[in-house]
Amino acid sequence: MSDMNQQMTARYKNNFLKEIEEQAEMGDWVKMCMQCGVCSGSCPTNFHGGWDHPPQELFMMIRAGKRDEVLSSNSMWQCVSCYNCYVRCPRKVPITHVMHGLAEYAYRLGRAPKMQPTLHLSQTFWNNATKYGRVNEVKLTQSLYFKDGIGSGIKKALEMQSMALGLVKAKRLNPMEAIGGGHKCKDLKGIHAMLAKARELEAKRKGRQPA
Amino acid sequence: MAEMKTAAYICKGCELGTRLDAASLVKIATKEGKMNLVREHDFLCSADGVAMIKNDIASEGVTHVAICACSRRAKTEAFNFPTVAMSRGNLREGVIWIRPDTDAARETTQEMAEDYVRMACAEVKAMKVPEGNQNTGGVKTLLVVGGGISGMTAALEASKAGYKVVLVEKAGELGGMTAKLYKRIPTREPFKAPEDNGIADLVAQIEADANIKVYLNATLAKTSGAPGRFKVEIAVESGSVATEDVGAIVQATGFGLYDMNKLPHLGGGQANVVDQAGLEALARAANGGPIKRADGKEVKSVVFVQCAGQRDTTGEHLQYCSGHCCNTSIKQAMYFKDSNPDIDTVVLFTDLRTPGNGEDFYRSAQNKGVIFSKGVVSNVSASGGGCKVKFKDLILNEETETEADLVVLATGMVPTSGPDLDALSEATRAAEGGDEAAKEQVIQMKSKSVLNLDYRQGPDMPQFKHGFNDSHFICFPYETRRTAIYAAGPVRRPMDTVQAIEDATGAAMKAIQAMENAGLGKAAHPRAGDLSFPTARLEGCTQCKRCTVECPFGAIDEDEKRFPLFNESRCRRCGTCMGACPVRVISFENYSVNTVGAQIKAVDIPDEFSEKPRVLILACENDAYPALDMAGMNRYEYDAFVRVIPVRCLGSVNTIWITDALNSGYDGVMLMGCKHGEEYQCHFVKGSELGRYRMSKVYDTLKGMNLEEERLMDLEVAITDIETLPQKINDYAAKIVEMGMSPFKGL
Repeated sequence: MSDMNQQMTARYKNNFLKEIEEQAEMGDWVKMCMQCGVCSGSCPTNFHGGWDHPPQELFMMIRAGKRDEVLSSNSMWQCVSCYNCYVRCPRKVPITHVMHGLAEYAYRLGRAPKMQPTLHLSQTFWNNATKYGRVNEVKLTQSLYFKDGIGSGIKKALEMQSMALGLVKAKRLNPMEAIGGGHKCKDLKGIHAMLAKARELEAKRKGRQPA
Repeated sequence: MAEMKTAAYICKGCELGTRLDAASLVKIATKEGKMNLVREHDFLCSADGVAMIKNDIASEGVTHVAICACSRRAKTEAFNFPTVAMSRGNLREGVIWIRPDTDAARETTQEMAEDYVRMACAEVKAMKVPEGNQNTGGVKTLLVVGGGISGMTAALEASKAGYKVVLVEKAGELGGMTAKLYKRIPTREPFKAPEDNGIADLVAQIEADANIKVYLNATLAKTSGAPGRFKVEIAVESGSVATEDVGAIVQATGFGLYDMNKLPHLGGGQANVVDQAGLEALARAANGGPIKRADGKEVKSVVFVQCAGQRDTTGEHLQYCSGHCCNTSIKQAMYFKDSNPDIDTVVLFTDLRTPGNGEDFYRSAQNKGVIFSKGVVSNVSASGGGCKVKFKDLILNEETETEADLVVLATGMVPTSGPDLDALSEATRAAEGGDEAAKEQVIQMKSKSVLNLDYRQGPDMPQFKHGFNDSHFICFPYETRRTAIYAAGPVRRPMDTVQAIEDATGAAMKAIQAMENAGLGKAAHPRAGDLSFPTARLEGCTQCKRCTVECPFGAIDEDEKRFPLFNESRCRRCGTCMGACPVRVISFENYSVNTVGAQIKAVDIPDEFSEKPRVLILACENDAYPALDMAGMNRYEYDAFVRVIPVRCLGSVNTIWITDALNSGYDGVMLMGCKHGEEYQCHFVKGSELGRYRMSKVYDTLKGMNLEEERLMDLEVAITDIETLPQKINDYAAKIVEMGMSPFKGL
């Protein structure tokens, strides 16, 4: 991934705004921010728990070319996707989407913070879903529960025991999925080909070397 | 006019008949008012009632009418008898509507009504029918000073309305500042890109218009006369002088740019730093191609510094916002982006202000990739082949810097409004005292004059804040303190071309109105249509010059014998001269020291032991009196011991009224006038201020009379004070009761 980082640094030199506009999803909205701060004022997280930068500040940093600080910021990982900011933005900037775009781009460049819970969840979900073309809920739950080790995994599982049994009784959860690969989508090859094509198209659109 | 025959009419409609004892009012009007004819009517403003009055005027020869019914502000169309003198006793809004309908209140309410009948009778007998002076001049040609976008618009609008126009332009061609623009801020949908400056089209229209006579390379050497009969001497560059007769003037002399050399810390004076006008010149030279600096280098990066020398809190530079510069910088950034999207354009601002439809324009610039950063620039210095701009980023809260090939400073507008009259008169006084430096200063200041008026109060229009011509932004934007001379465009307040066009149209319409009124001998705003005008008994005049100095509109000059010379059509009929006159020789036909004085004397003053004090209220007819009327309409009650007399302006209040009132046993006098000072609301601009200054001198008189200072109360009233005003009156009445009755009763 740091290859890509070098590649992008070389390509955009000092123009970080242009880099974001072209490389990050929805990044072309960053220039439309007028710094009113309604997004920050609307955020239900209130920036507690260690937000590095409120959204409009992050946008300003992009314009000011603060590449390292933006990409290593934890702000875009803190977004809970409530869409308050997007709804209220007087400039109709899709702030929530821009935040996700920035997060994704930072991850691609290998600049995302390590062991970030949001990142971990996204990654696990993505791997789980793309492997067999379907989400295997038992395995997804497993990998999330045991993320921090066996002990805490068992503790969490016991805590959720009654809910799990309820789901099994209601036939919403099949424990057998945990064994083997679980059930797959019919055309696994097709799905993988589709994802590969999508990656190829994205790389082409963004002028990147195909992964 | 033939012999005076007076008549009083008592209305019994609107519950007046049931709340008041009409028979007793009739008796008062007959016996005490000494009216020749007194009638009561059940519904005076009905067709029948009005016909009765008209019949009395026609067949009984009635010349003076006292209508005792509703407020003088109500039913003005019914009670419209232009051939006779008329007063109005305000029994409805002034009495029954502000008093409770209870047995306990009946006596004082009736007394109040009786006093208003006495006052109406007394007033009308002191009045004459205003005849109006039709010989004040009927020239219907408009003079427009300044051939920029405002001036040309005013000229064309007046011409379209059918009036002849003389257009005087100082430069060799029409167009002014706008003509120097490469393009202008968009004026129509979709407000996304700069548009043609529109000057060529306007100039073509002017040239094709037979109604408009244009003087180029010309200035006003002298402007004399008054509305409807101005005489202007136009000095043309060749040295010849042309004379034109005009009826009204629109001053559209625009603005100059704030000198950027006064901003060395922002790079003013450096090679690669220009102001906005400088950039327009570069853009015109490039004409859509790459914009090049003075040294010929193509500009690849540019920084715009907003509010350069504007909105300055230190007092060193312009303190105000010029309103157009944010949009102008957006436009200029687009010049670069439209020629080459790769050029770095950064706008450094503290607050981006985009009036009109500028928000769309702003968005369009962001879409084109112009970077807007909230930051305060501290320093611009030469660096390498360009400039280094140091600024504090206000969003990221850090000191930072950026490099650019070119820096554009958004400096502000400085109005071309001529010398400040107060400073000029001070310098003149010093010069007359023999001060050589002051003499030089006077010459220098006078050389900046635009209108060169031969008015006693100075050669130009008075200024308000920051050198802009005085006009009330909100209530009457085009009015100035020189009748029939209207300011339009950035000489009035900072504005962009769209606003200037609208402004010029408005000013042209006001000027036409003023010319027409002048021809009929009628007043202009705010007493529009008033035919009365001030006259002075010169044999009593002591030549103290107070009237000539104080007139807020410079209407009064001095004749060769140094007596005041009234120019009726310049007069707004505020009466400030009348209030100022220490020997009380100035009066209007229907408003004089006598008409008010007679009312004050007519009020019945009960004796010291009656426990019925009397408080005189002199209320400004523009704000305070309507507020009192509206309090009545809302049935807000107030004290029964006040007697209200409307005055044209606090400035028209002569101190004799106050001393007379207190001498004759009134227990208190309350003045109600408009706010004065920087945020004045006085319709006559300076009237309430002058009135208040004069009243401050009355306190000495009170001391001399051994009276408490609180017997005179000055209250600032706005027309919106409907709900609070009754309480203030009651508070004052209570204070008077606490103070005790005046010792002057019955003397």
